Amino acid sequence: MKTQDLIDQFGLTAAAGKAGIDREIAGGYCGDLLSEVMANAPIGCVWMTIQVHQNIVAVAVLREMAAIVLAMDNQPDLETCEKADREKIPILLYNGSSYELAGKLYAAGIVNETADE
Amino acid sequence: MAALKKSFQLKSRDFIHAGEASISVQNMLKQIGIESALIRRVAICAYEGEMNAVMHGENGSFRIEVNTDKIILDISDEGPGIEDIAKAMEKGFSTASEEYREMGFGAGMGLPNMETHSDRLDIESEKGQGTRVVMRFSLSPGSRENKTGQSA
Repeated sequence: MKTQDLIDQFGLTAAAGKAGIDREIAGGYCGDLLSEVMANAPIGCVWMTIQVHQNIVAVAVLREMAAIVLAMDNQPDLETCEKADREKIPILLYNGSSYELAGKLYAAGIVNETADE
Repeated sequence: MAALKKSFQLKSRDFIHAGEASISVQNMLKQIGIESALIRRVAICAYEGEMNAVMHGENGSFRIEVNTDKIILDISDEGPGIEDIAKAMEKGFSTASEEYREMGFGAGMGLPNMETHSDRLDIESEKGQGTRVVMRFSLSPGSRENKTGQSA
């Protein structure tokens, strides 16, 4: 499944980084502590978080993520959008919780393969 | 092969540019064809070191050197220093402010992450004298993929 399919199927809105929406999704991760996500999120995943500041983009780039989803109707900072556009990391908005979306993604077949290291 | 070096200045509390040195290092390692699993380890360490210097330090500097047999990340700052390094290495220990914690930092995972993902971590610090963190990663002959720099 690609990020564009995710948007279409689950009613997400792309707030930024639209140039990157044709990437294949290789798993999912939920987390709001950046060091924890940095160390454990699967490469190529879609990351569900409530953090909205610009440093989430660097984490996504370094973990080669497919997209970031801001759950619970959280809105990204302006700087976050600018950075996401520059790095082609889609920032998607979802009005439900990370838990709810993670369940839907799992049911749709987005599961994590073995840990990358 | 001559050593490849790159260095960056890190500004205190500059969250607009924070992370860019690490991303640049990641791109550089991809270009020279370092294997992806190693790049990911370096990226974790680079990011943690960079964020620490930006959040806690003053006049930070970030250097990377790639030799034939190792990659060295050398990150230093003129910040407040670490009072008790052993304590700082404990998982969950953090001196981060409430503001940084709200941003998702300060979970006390930075230094433990650096220790786990590097082959060797050396910290020199003294209270009021700044901090220098040096991380080394062994490069075995198999650590380099073909010259095209394609990663899996």
